[in-house]
Amino acid sequence: MSTTVTKTRTPATEGRTVPSHRAPAPGPVRKNPVPGILRRALTGGAALSWTAIVVVPIYWLVVTSLRSKSDFTSDSPLALPSHPTLDSYRTVLDGDFTTYLLNSVVVTAGTVVIAVAVALMAAFSIVRNAGSRFSRVSFRVFLLGLAIPLQAVIIPVYLLIIRMHLYDSLLAIVLPSAAFALPITVMILVSFLRDVPRSLFEAMIVDGAGDWRMLWSLAAPLARPALMTVAVYDGLQVWNGFLFPLILTQSGNKAVLPLALTLFKGQFGIDVPATMAAVVLSTLPMLALFILARRQLVAGLTAGFSK
Amino acid sequence: MAAPALLLFGLFGLVPLIGVAALSVARWDGLGSISWAGLTNWTSVLTDSATWQSLWLTVKVMVVSWLVQTPIALALGLFQAPRGRLRALFAVLFFLPLLLSAVAIGLTWQALLDPSFGIGATPGLHWLAKPLLGSPELALYTVIFVIAWQFVPFHALLYQAGIRQIPTALYEAAALDGAGPVTRFLHITLPQLKYTLVTSSTLMLVGSLTYFDLIFVLSGGTGGPGTATRVLPLSMYITGFQAHDMGRASAVATLLVVFGLGLSLLTTRLSGFTRMDSQQEGM
Repeated sequence: MSTTVTKTRTPATEGRTVPSHRAPAPGPVRKNPVPGILRRALTGGAALSWTAIVVVPIYWLVVTSLRSKSDFTSDSPLALPSHPTLDSYRTVLDGDFTTYLLNSVVVTAGTVVIAVAVALMAAFSIVRNAGSRFSRVSFRVFLLGLAIPLQAVIIPVYLLIIRMHLYDSLLAIVLPSAAFALPITVMILVSFLRDVPRSLFEAMIVDGAGDWRMLWSLAAPLARPALMTVAVYDGLQVWNGFLFPLILTQSGNKAVLPLALTLFKGQFGIDVPATMAAVVLSTLPMLALFILARRQLVAGLTAGFSK
Repeated sequence: MAAPALLLFGLFGLVPLIGVAALSVARWDGLGSISWAGLTNWTSVLTDSATWQSLWLTVKVMVVSWLVQTPIALALGLFQAPRGRLRALFAVLFFLPLLLSAVAIGLTWQALLDPSFGIGATPGLHWLAKPLLGSPELALYTVIFVIAWQFVPFHALLYQAGIRQIPTALYEAAALDGAGPVTRFLHITLPQLKYTLVTSSTLMLVGSLTYFDLIFVLSGGTGGPGTATRVLPLSMYITGFQAHDMGRASAVATLLVVFGLGLSLLTTRLSGFTRMDSQQEGM
């Protein structure tokens, strides 16, 4: 069994594995070919099985969304739709989908702008005043923040939002989401700004620049790749966030997409293809983001934790 | 300039941390006024067998998830680490679950595992036509599987990044010493991945305390069937926002906070891990 896996995999990987100095895993293949094959068979086998586990549900999701209601009960689940149709998508789009989409866009954009702007200021100040006690304490606060689970503090957040008269508004989602995006955003920006040579800042000080000018004309442009990374990462988290919208909003016209999906489920009931079409539609913007900014997305996911 | 960030985070992150402990000794239905309740919430929470069952389920989800996800993520990380076009294609496929919201994943799997119209209706796959989410014995394990489906890609990414940082020189030296692949894996790869293993495990263990969205959707908001998947965060939600007993729910939430902070301290201590450790000992 392992040999079949290796046979199919070897020609493809053999020629293309660049002997890069950062890719140690293949080892000295020439001297020790058999164990190399064994290792590849094991990891390759795991990779192939996991690929099937990942791809089958996603394939099923897409083909189901293209089936008609009647074909859904008669077609074999994994077969291609016998009469492919976009009816389910029409059903979803004829509903309030655009309202939910717009809510999600507003919430995501608002959160990302607030979180990134505020975090950049904080990171700049923490790095610039690295010696000061205030700066060290601020850093600690955000470090601690990484360990605070959202679920555990949702009740006091709910109370705060009610007292601030923000309940059932989009701002009620934006503010806490931005707050909880801050720890990781600040961490990533701090670790990036730390590498900016001090002499650049000092040169600006000699030119008479204040903190604000240094922030906007030096730190921000230099940190652009890091800013992109955190913006994309925060955006993904907020777009997919469920708990804040669930607890802090109530009206249908304030629902963001993840919450709306649960509403669709109730509304469409047994119309599974329509629910699946809604799932696909709600994911498309993130798929587009993934295609356009894959590097930033991957960097964002690992930046905070591996280094 | 750090002020706005500290204010925002202080207001919604730190104040609620104290607030949750304060509310745990209060009586509040979520709408009316808040009054002092003393320790009644705590005595009722701690003497209720449902709390302990939730806690047990939470621990079970945590341990089984770790046991399931770690080997798979490590294997996938090992597979993805060498650069190559085919591997890159696989990496893109593995990545897809990370783009979906927990709600989208929950709804998809719920429909996919439907005993009548789900994947079990495929010829050859009838053995899957079981009430995987509907039976009290199977539901928790099904949930754990779907959780793995959602989170394994992220941990595989962590391992991939960790593996790529191991200096090749270590492998070259080991090869000169005649070390076989098993020896190399056990004596170079694994020890060098210590930091990644600790990070990934901490995120997994602490993260598993907070699995909410997915279980909420998979169980239709009940933590069911019965209470078969009612982990602590769901128990908190149901107590607070469905039974309108915010005080009692806050006590459960406080348990979560304590449990979570304790756990992250414990994992970092036990592994003897500090950020100052050289990753390249012996180089």
